[in-house]
Amino acid sequence: MISGMIMDEKIIEFNNVTFMYDAEDEETGVVSAPAVKGITLAINRGEFMAVLGRNGSGKSTLAKLCNAIYEPYEGDVIVEGMNTREEENGDKIRRKVGMVFQNPDNQIVATIVEDDVAFGPENLGIEPKEIRRRVDEALKSVNMYEHRLRQPHNLSGGQKQRVAIAGVLAMQTDCIVLDEPTAMLDPVGRAEVLQTVKRLNKELGITVIMVTHFMDEAVEADRVVVMSSGEVVMDGTPQQVFSDIEKVRAYGLDVPQSTALCAALSIKENVLNAQQCVDVIDRICGGVK
Amino acid sequence: MISDITIGQYYSGNSVLHRMDARMKLILTFASIVAIFLCKNFFSLGLMVIFTVAATLLSCVPAKMVIKSLKPIIVILIFTAVLNIFYTTGGDTYFKWKFIEITEEGVNTAIFMAIRIVSLVVLSSLLTYTTTPTLLTDALERILSPLKVFKIKVHTLAMMMTLALRFIPTLIEEINRIMNAQKARGADLETGGIVARAKALIPIFIPLMISSFRRAYELAFAMTCRGYTGGEGRTRMKQMKLRVSDFIACAVVCALVGGIIALNIYFEAVI
Ligand SMILES: Nc1ncnc2c1ncn2[C@@H]1O[C@H](COP(=O)(O)OP(=O)(O)OP(=O)(O)O)[C@@H](O)[C@H]1O
Ligand SMILES: [Mg+2]
Repeated sequence: MISGMIMDEKIIEFNNVTFMYDAEDEETGVVSAPAVKGITLAINRGEFMAVLGRNGSGKSTLAKLCNAIYEPYEGDVIVEGMNTREEENGDKIRRKVGMVFQNPDNQIVATIVEDDVAFGPENLGIEPKEIRRRVDEALKSVNMYEHRLRQPHNLSGGQKQRVAIAGVLAMQTDCIVLDEPTAMLDPVGRAEVLQTVKRLNKELGITVIMVTHFMDEAVEADRVVVMSSGEVVMDGTPQQVFSDIEKVRAYGLDVPQSTALCAALSIKENVLNAQQCVDVIDRICGGVK
Repeated sequence: MISDITIGQYYSGNSVLHRMDARMKLILTFASIVAIFLCKNFFSLGLMVIFTVAATLLSCVPAKMVIKSLKPIIVILIFTAVLNIFYTTGGDTYFKWKFIEITEEGVNTAIFMAIRIVSLVVLSSLLTYTTTPTLLTDALERILSPLKVFKIKVHTLAMMMTLALRFIPTLIEEINRIMNAQKARGADLETGGIVARAKALIPIFIPLMISSFRRAYELAFAMTCRGYTGGEGRTRMKQMKLRVSDFIACAVVCALVGGIIALNIYFEAVI
């Protein structure tokens, strides 16, 4: 019941948001196509939302609108009651919404893992003792504590990305936006990062917005949003979104392999992962071993 | 060959030198480097060598790593030694053949220069081996902070240094990648004269510049996201506090300088 109440509180609200990179070409006066247009979306506290869409559909732009890096051209983005348009809100908003990017190499600042994790809290002007505590805690929760004295360039991609996540965790933001955090990782690194993100969402109640190209990751979310040409075209639970295979494919996406398999077998049931697939097939074949 | 650069390579440990206050370490390293050049005879130089060896032992950094830091300067070392032997003349002549003449002073100068360069490199690598780059730039920032009076942006400089040190390995990796990519496209980087080789570097250099700018842009983004707004209102996880041991170290270096000066006065100068 309590979790239900928390879930209903909106943490980030998009109200009819349009954004374009080069609003107007100085010479030709041509107004460029918006990267994101007319988006109205509310992200609830404690939610794990996956954002899908083909290349150039505006996912990264949406992510960057969340923490006041970009200011909407039209409409408003409200983060915990603060409008990202207002200059003085910028720093406050970035204390609420952290961000992890695709390439871990370009977001690690320090030459020692623990110093890097401390970078965020140091910027916030937190007491040294408290920083130490947060850094240790953050590193433990991404299982990187034993690597705290190593140099980031000696770590694997998955480890680096977990350090980047720890860096955001140590800032104790309410929400973490991850823009394709697993794009550069191998399957093992991807699984590590996804497990970490899921755990943070479930155990610490951190709101997660994760942009991804991997359907298997999207099915782990509570909610899936599909974008196409800068617009939100589908929004719902993974079951709802992936049940309409035709539509998902029309937006240039794939459905999870298990879903595709069951669809090909004309199984009416909604299947999202391998386990469900096995269960369904097992049941249909009932005892035929 | 490029990856041999050891500057800024921290060797994690918990020795006396590791635990020393970074500011004190920085200043004392600087002072002892100055002391190297104060030595005027073999007695004071010997004292300096003893100090350098003792510092190396105290740091608990494996001798292999310390020697590795000398590798890039071997050429310079040999070059200056040879140059000094032949070009400095004076005192007894040990060897003479046509215009080549090796004299006492030449040999002395060569030995002096070699020992000076080695101690200089060893002492400065000890500093980087025992101090994390973050602490080092932090220390530098604090030592230079009085310069703020002259409107010098000390914090920005220190941050630039931190980032430069952080990106050295990343950029080396990048150079290797671009080199391989260009080789795969048929670029010839190894043969030809100096001009041809320099020209061959252009297709390496330009992609490197472009990707560095992109990295810089993304990094600035990431830093903003992590609440970075410059030096104001920032705190540090690692506090710096001078302890008794730091003052002892300071006294040791003072004694070293004093000893060197005394030996210089007491014994005859050879250089
Ligand atoms: N810095 C920029 N300057 C100008 N246009 C840009 C910039 N970044 C993105 N765009 C444009 O905005 C649109 C949306 O880009 P965005 O990066 O948000 O897409 P995306 O969904 O994240 O794609 P991808 O899956 O490739 O990461 C694209 O048409 C792109 O060309
Ligand atoms: Mg993107």
